[in-house]
Amino acid sequence: MGNVIETETVKSSSGMQARREADQPNSLVAQFSASDPLPLDAGVAFQPLTVAYQTYGALNADKSNAVLICHALTGDQHVANTHPVTGKPGWWEIMVGPGKPIDTDRYFVICSNVLGGCLGTTGPASTNPATGEAYGLELPIITIRDMVRAQAKLIDRLGIDSLFCVIGGSMGGMQVLQWAASYPDRVFSAIPIATAARHSAQNIAFHEVGRQAIMADPEWHGGRYLARQAIPAKGLAVARMAAHITYLSEPALQRKFGRELQDRERVTFGFDADFQVESYLRHQGVSFVERFDANSYLYMTRAMDYFDLAGDHGGVLARSFAGTRTRFCVISFSSDWLFPTIDSRQTVHALNAANAAVSFVELASDKGHDAFLLDEPELFATVRGFLEAAARIRGLA
Amino acid sequence: MARQIPLIPEARVDLLLIADMIEQGARVLDVGCGDGALLRHLRLQRGVEGRGVDMSWANVNTCVAGGLSVVQGNADHDLGTYPDQAFDVVILSQTLQATANPRDVLTHMLRIGKRAIVSFPNFAHWRIRWQILAWGRMPVTETIGYRWYDTPNIHLCTIRDFVELAGEVGARIERALPLDRLGRPFRETLPVSIANIMAPQALFVLTKTS
Repeated sequence: MGNVIETETVKSSSGMQARREADQPNSLVAQFSASDPLPLDAGVAFQPLTVAYQTYGALNADKSNAVLICHALTGDQHVANTHPVTGKPGWWEIMVGPGKPIDTDRYFVICSNVLGGCLGTTGPASTNPATGEAYGLELPIITIRDMVRAQAKLIDRLGIDSLFCVIGGSMGGMQVLQWAASYPDRVFSAIPIATAARHSAQNIAFHEVGRQAIMADPEWHGGRYLARQAIPAKGLAVARMAAHITYLSEPALQRKFGRELQDRERVTFGFDADFQVESYLRHQGVSFVERFDANSYLYMTRAMDYFDLAGDHGGVLARSFAGTRTRFCVISFSSDWLFPTIDSRQTVHALNAANAAVSFVELASDKGHDAFLLDEPELFATVRGFLEAAARIRGLA
Repeated sequence: MARQIPLIPEARVDLLLIADMIEQGARVLDVGCGDGALLRHLRLQRGVEGRGVDMSWANVNTCVAGGLSVVQGNADHDLGTYPDQAFDVVILSQTLQATANPRDVLTHMLRIGKRAIVSFPNFAHWRIRWQILAWGRMPVTETIGYRWYDTPNIHLCTIRDFVELAGEVGARIERALPLDRLGRPFRETLPVSIANIMAPQALFVLTKTS
């Protein structure tokens, strides 16, 4: 390794595979033609729309056992199958599968790539049929509500009237809250994890750092890099490195790396990656570039920044949930400083004010925001218990 | 698969006493609901879809797995978030003495509920008086079973104290039940002066005057 991160992904096979996934995903796809446009918050009736998704398990005869999983900023629809680009296991196989808390022997699990994503659902890396080139920044700005509207179209297409549960963490949790607010009669139960009903100033600030890193990379070319056979790999890698720190916690970093050196006995008195934590972050940055589109990162971080559920209801969050009959289970993690427990409590207090059936737990973990993706037995116990009870109440076998 | 979850244990006859005060289908908030024994009992016996608050993750998880809606929190921080008159009954069983601001807690209970049911250990019970008088030590009894250095009970009170506080926060005392150490009621007609000596604990039903 040298002083700066090395990103040779443009030519790498996984980099090419990632770019193919935007137009020809290894997923199921739902196409919505020009006659069936998607109304966006930006004021555009967007068309045509493609939604790429994965399903697990079987829909029952009543169509009452569907669980929608909403993925996070850098997640995708490959929840519980081998990832087509990275070859790694699905990002939530620990939670989703036969006999797992989200039990695919009992529930029909759906996860779609979000609007603005880069794994097959229409996003900035998708080819614009009007021009034959990638949308890039021609794509209108996307909001969390737009993502949820696109998911609702998919759920309609699948013939499902009411979802048994909508669950997700982080940006996925924002979608869960938006689902509950936008379609209260279609959500029987909701599990927003490590999330907030509005993005904080600190989080917007971190996102701005990431976006500026991408846009400062000369290879970004004003967002038209795909047409120029380029990728702002260094900018995207730096964005990922900065963001990755916010997903961890100081104790977790200390435990994992401390001040250990990387393959050397002493510091080199230079700017090479002397410390293991530096090497780890560089690896995170480089491997991210191989599977993710830089413009998608811009659009999705923006969607999160714009998210303010109460803003749609006169600044009173409780009004977002007025009259709701959805059963909520709100979960936070004690060491999460990106979406701290206070954010979840605000949601819970709003749900209390709306007389909603809400449960809430703050789980003890020192793994930071990422805890929702990791082996956290208390998380599995809470999700399993809540879903089993909800299934009994809904009359699922 | 339905888990076998215990209902009200025999030792908590005070909870059965409370349960008997709740009408069919009432809206109930149980503050400090523990493992949800009372709420489950109310659901089965009274058709109540209750809500709960408890501090411990393990308790909340037991409740959630039993289909109850329970928030991890405490009486001091969470009662303020419920709207006025959201519940028919708000229950605070053996918890008031462990809150940071008992007066605020009681005020919120009367705001968010039509009725408040409060039970607490009576610090003027004769055994407690005797322990201080005879040995000059902080009392440890069946109803207040902690040593002075590890007790969560930071605001212990007597029956007389509670009657006074109820008056200060504008509560009308509908019922005042002196209870024995097992939670069984004495005669309700016992005068406060006697109950304050004889009863190790007490249960009050309050409504808001106005």
